[in-house]
Amino acid sequence: MLKDITIGQYFPGQSAVHRLDPRMKIILTMLYIVALFVADNFQGLLLSAVFAAAGYLISGIPLSLIRKSMKPVIPIIVFTAVLNMLFVEGREIFRLGFLKITLEGVVLAVLMVTRIICLIAGSSLLTYTTSPIALTDAIEQLLVPLKRLKMPVHELAMMMTIALRFIPTLIEETDKIMSAQKARGADMESGGIMRRAKALIPILIPLFVSSFRRADELALAMECRCYHGDEGRTRMKQLCYAPRDFMALGMLAVLLVLVLLFNRIFPSMY
Amino acid sequence: MTAIETKDLTYLYSQGTPFEKAAVDGVSVSIEEGDFVGVIGHTGSGKSTFIQHLNGLLRPTSGQVLLYGKDIWEEPKKIREVRFQVGLVFQYPEYQLFEETVERDIAFGPSNMGLSPGEIRDRVREAAGFVGLSPDTMQKSPFELSGGQKRRVAIAGVLAMRPRVLILDEPTAGLDPKGRDQIFHEIAQYHSKTGSTILLVSHSMEDVAKYAKHVLVINDARKIAFGTVDEVFSHTGELVEMGLAVPQITKIFAQLRARGFELSPHVYTVEAARRELLRVLGKGGAQDA
Repeated sequence: MLKDITIGQYFPGQSAVHRLDPRMKIILTMLYIVALFVADNFQGLLLSAVFAAAGYLISGIPLSLIRKSMKPVIPIIVFTAVLNMLFVEGREIFRLGFLKITLEGVVLAVLMVTRIICLIAGSSLLTYTTSPIALTDAIEQLLVPLKRLKMPVHELAMMMTIALRFIPTLIEETDKIMSAQKARGADMESGGIMRRAKALIPILIPLFVSSFRRADELALAMECRCYHGDEGRTRMKQLCYAPRDFMALGMLAVLLVLVLLFNRIFPSMY
Repeated sequence: MTAIETKDLTYLYSQGTPFEKAAVDGVSVSIEEGDFVGVIGHTGSGKSTFIQHLNGLLRPTSGQVLLYGKDIWEEPKKIREVRFQVGLVFQYPEYQLFEETVERDIAFGPSNMGLSPGEIRDRVREAAGFVGLSPDTMQKSPFELSGGQKRRVAIAGVLAMRPRVLILDEPTAGLDPKGRDQIFHEIAQYHSKTGSTILLVSHSMEDVAKYAKHVLVINDARKIAFGTVDEVFSHTGELVEMGLAVPQITKIFAQLRARGFELSPHVYTVEAARRELLRVLGKGGAQDA
């Protein structure tokens, strides 16, 4: 049951999007988000949506996966839509008691919802096409300038890599311990909050114990292989930008320019 | 009397996705009360998934599990009752220990059953006795014990529920030979003293041959064979083809037979081998004069 949770939703592939430099993909995603928030009319947003859709098409990620990544944010989407519809002042089109829906409200709600959907779809594309390890590598490289400010960039990245690596292991372990305690009659499904919280003790304690044990073993294994931190460490996979990275950056620049242009040409929806 | 029975038990992983895969595929087996069944199959064969159905930790995709003739999923709300009757000791069970003292950890199962404190105390003492835990261990923290002792505490935690059916998944994995023999011996004693039904999942054909009466072979999610130790281990060729071994002594005897010794093909334990050798040697007059 716990296995169904996907953390790090990497979807392996060989498409052009997959092969982009992860650093560039992070930059592109950030620029894309900027474009989404700069756009203040449907034309601009629509263009951005098409851009994301093209990204999905090229990457070969099935569009049905977007629906999956959308699931957890559905409450936020609904909440945003309802708030906008009810509380934006303007021409009234429907009234029920003290609740009224305005035309402006509906327009804004649609705008907001489109924006959120594009936001999730766009950033999911990054995690769908980039393995968590590549992602942390890229973050480390992008943060290198912060080293001057004595930020332990390498150590942070290493911690992130290790944490990511152990998520599936911990999930599996939790699953096992839960099964074992259930086999001894542990009841985790009934009772009030206090009882449920108490029922977690038999799971959390063994989990903590084994995490410490694992950490200890891992540290030892790393030391045995002469790990000594950042100083003088080389990497097996060197990240380096290829022409296609700059092409992608160019395309995103075009998108940004077009969005800004659309803001000039078409009326703002606010 | 049939203690536990499965009817066409099937379990699918990731049902409805392209990754759909049967972990247990149409297994029907009927185990008599008081039997000692060895369950063999190599890693990933589905034997662990299979045993987790017997106490209702997993719910079959299709098919039934009957405990003393009653479908365990007839009343899903009472599934805990089933878990008290069918005790399951997981692989590496020491990782489930969590209480401050050994005594309280063993008492976890019985107290979940809602028994009286006196009854719980009796059961804890009895269970600790079965696995040979000394009284002074009872007040120690389970985390300060050795690996073998921890394993015993964990097994006692299940025995204390006095399950009518006891399932052990590789109970001796990772223990040294001495610890392994001791634990098997304790299980065998528990079996003969209480008459409870036992299912033992093991990689070691020697141990299965030594302790089990019946053997269930699972391969590729399917039941391949279920029969007495003799019946199953006489199909040496098929077992080896599946990547399973037969006891080493059986292999040696097969080679001796191939070299012209007239030995029985039904030798699975060292003890039986000794008897068989003495019989043959005695008859052949090879004894020292």
